[in-house]
Amino acid sequence: MNSILRPLFFALIVRPLMMVVLGTNVRRHALLPKEGPALIVANHNSHLDVFALMNILGLKPLASVRPVAAADYFMTRPFRRWFATRIVGIIPIDRTKSRRGDGGHHPLEPISEVLRDGGIVLLFPEGTRGEPEKLDAFQAGVAHLARRHPEVPVTPVFMHGLGKALPKGEAILVPFFCDVFVGHPLDSTLPKREFMAQLSKSFENLAEELPPKEWI
Amino acid sequence: MELSPEVRIAIVCIFAALLIASVVSIVIQRLNPDRDFVELRERVRTWWAIVGIFSCALFWSRTAAIVFFAFVSFLALKEFLSMTPTRRSDRRVLFYAYLSIAGQYYFAASAWYGMFIMFIPVLMFIWLPTRMLMIGQTDGFLRAAGTLHWALMITVFSLSHAAYLLVFQEGPTPRIAAQFPSELGALYPGAGLLLFLILVTELNDIFQYLWGKTFGRHKVAPRVSPGKTVEGLLGGIATTILFAGILGPKLTLMGPWQSLIAGTIIAIAGFAGDLCMSALKRDLKIKDFGASLPGHGGVLDRVDSLVFTSPLFFHFIYYTYG
Repeated sequence: MNSILRPLFFALIVRPLMMVVLGTNVRRHALLPKEGPALIVANHNSHLDVFALMNILGLKPLASVRPVAAADYFMTRPFRRWFATRIVGIIPIDRTKSRRGDGGHHPLEPISEVLRDGGIVLLFPEGTRGEPEKLDAFQAGVAHLARRHPEVPVTPVFMHGLGKALPKGEAILVPFFCDVFVGHPLDSTLPKREFMAQLSKSFENLAEELPPKEWI
Repeated sequence: MELSPEVRIAIVCIFAALLIASVVSIVIQRLNPDRDFVELRERVRTWWAIVGIFSCALFWSRTAAIVFFAFVSFLALKEFLSMTPTRRSDRRVLFYAYLSIAGQYYFAASAWYGMFIMFIPVLMFIWLPTRMLMIGQTDGFLRAAGTLHWALMITVFSLSHAAYLLVFQEGPTPRIAAQFPSELGALYPGAGLLLFLILVTELNDIFQYLWGKTFGRHKVAPRVSPGKTVEGLLGGIATTILFAGILGPKLTLMGPWQSLIAGTIIAIAGFAGDLCMSALKRDLKIKDFGASLPGHGGVLDRVDSLVFTSPLFFHFIYYTYG
């Protein structure tokens, strides 16, 4: 990660963008982890999600904040690769590999490494931005991580609105406020299926806090 | 900008009033330590920020003050569009709606009255639905076009009238001769008019609130805003008219009679604007339009009365002196 350009980018570009052009409406900011190791689980509507979340976490812990992102998308072109790894500071994960590779490493091992080093990991378990503002089924990787690191708090964060501001495949940014509802940390000791049920339930509850306003 | 002495005095008085409000809010918190006055103190603190930024813009230049209003319109439109349902297919149409803010305030800054008055009610009224047609989604067309046009009328068109006051000049053949309080005031009558509009509108809110709190018995709009009472409304209107009658001749080109009429218009329109935004919030099932102004809610919650008072006051001035 670029230790000069990265904080500058977040202070001078992301912060004004999130505060003036878009605007975030955060509920229960105090439930967010202040320091690592921590795992934040959020739903994914737009490329802007990760910037909104990192902006809300603040500039202080920025050096330890690492979003998990798809290697098969972000590691392809040279500039995109440079930006994703040096500026955003992603942990690239190959979505196509779901089993242990030739080296015997678990595919989620890079995330575990960051957690062991005290990082704050942002995870979007829908796996893709998908159709904006629609919750897709969560991938089970998050349950693996929770089991491997039972001491790390898992905080669910429900995000809404950025899928309208900049959905998949659009280039024009349209200003909208986005809602960010922070939930209570999850119980990491549960087995996989129960953990995933707990995660989905938590997101359903958070989504119910939205004022009723959808047409289409 | 060259500000006339009466405008400078008015700004100093506003800062003095804020100082008193701050002292009072601190003292009553000390006297009642078990009651929570956080919201009141936040409210006063936010007022400091609003008045501070606005006065800086006003002292800096006329264009800076107009840009300030354009920014308020942008924030208000963003709140409105975030709170109301929109169709995802209309993203590009919404983008044009945001762009129209720049156009509307450009026409205000350059005192291009003809374009200023028709840009949103005519050009945008036709262009935005046309752009929607080009996308081709007919489901919810009326709701989408109607909501968007209302959003622009409220957050951009109405509020821009307050900004246009800044460039207002007395016409060659006014219906009533202006009575300027000072020579500088005759050169730049806009700042005094704008300050009069904002002061009387905001004080009208406060007067109605205070009268209602003290003497309020009979609800005036129980279904829209249960807190509003007949006593608050009448007492507030009377106090506002009186205040406007005293302030107008000192601060603006209006004589005493015109000031009383302006006070009446602002008092009644302010009440209606406030109620209208309350009805809108009830319909959308939200309490506030946002949380960007601590203690007040969103920007739209703060400018709710101004949405109705600024175009009406502007046209009263334009008809009488333009």
